[in-house]
Amino acid sequence: MTKQEYALWAQQESPKSKGLGDILRAFLFGGLICVIGQLLIFFFENRGAGEMAPVFASACLVVLSAILTGINIYDNIAKYAGAGTLVPITGFANSMVSAAMEFKTEGFILGLGAKMFIIAGPVIVYGVSASVIYGIILFLLG
Amino acid sequence: MDFMMLLKAFIVGGIICAIGQVFIDYTKLTPARILVGFVVLGVILGALGWYQPLIDFAGAGATVPLTGFGATLAKGVREAVATDGFFGAFTGGLTATAGGITVAIVAALIAGFFCNSDEKS
Repeated sequence: MTKQEYALWAQQESPKSKGLGDILRAFLFGGLICVIGQLLIFFFENRGAGEMAPVFASACLVVLSAILTGINIYDNIAKYAGAGTLVPITGFANSMVSAAMEFKTEGFILGLGAKMFIIAGPVIVYGVSASVIYGIILFLLG
Repeated sequence: MDFMMLLKAFIVGGIICAIGQVFIDYTKLTPARILVGFVVLGVILGALGWYQPLIDFAGAGATVPLTGFGATLAKGVREAVATDGFFGAFTGGLTATAGGITVAIVAALIAGFFCNSDEKS
């Protein structure tokens, strides 16, 4: 199959219908995940977590996402929700877990261990690098 | 329970995700590029001090999307530079986000170990 044929095939096969419905679904699912996050923040605040409550809440969402990915539910929701399940921290966790599951056939070191970072890796690389630049600027200005 | 806070989390979080969907639909950006973009954007907004007001306003609506991860990187660096000086620029980001990253790594390892993907392609 040539590149052009593949592009055509991919376009036909991709279920997404561009447009408002797509964006609305992303809004609803993304908003819903954030509401769950906010409920978790309330829960941890009530337990006296204080400033750490959002961190604990995000960690819980990561675990929840890992479980739902592990039992092959998250990816089915993601087909429908698009960016609604991609952009939240659960999408970041999903990218790692699903890659770990998929690539363990290539071994536990270079398969599972390496490929879990196929999307998370660049996110960390560029996020951390941007923060280092910010830190150096802060230091020079300070 | 603060119902208004839930509503604000829903709307702000939803809008941030909807923006991501617009990028998916109307540009050729892959999901990986969009995630990288959101994190870097979060670092920039955090550095400018514009993200914290959004967190104060919308709570999880701002902390749960990946832009919040970026803002946490920036916040960690800011605090570390304030206490440790130059070296803080290199420690602050990962220190602040270590919990989330480590939980994700361990979760991926465990799930990868015990679960199988059902893709039959």
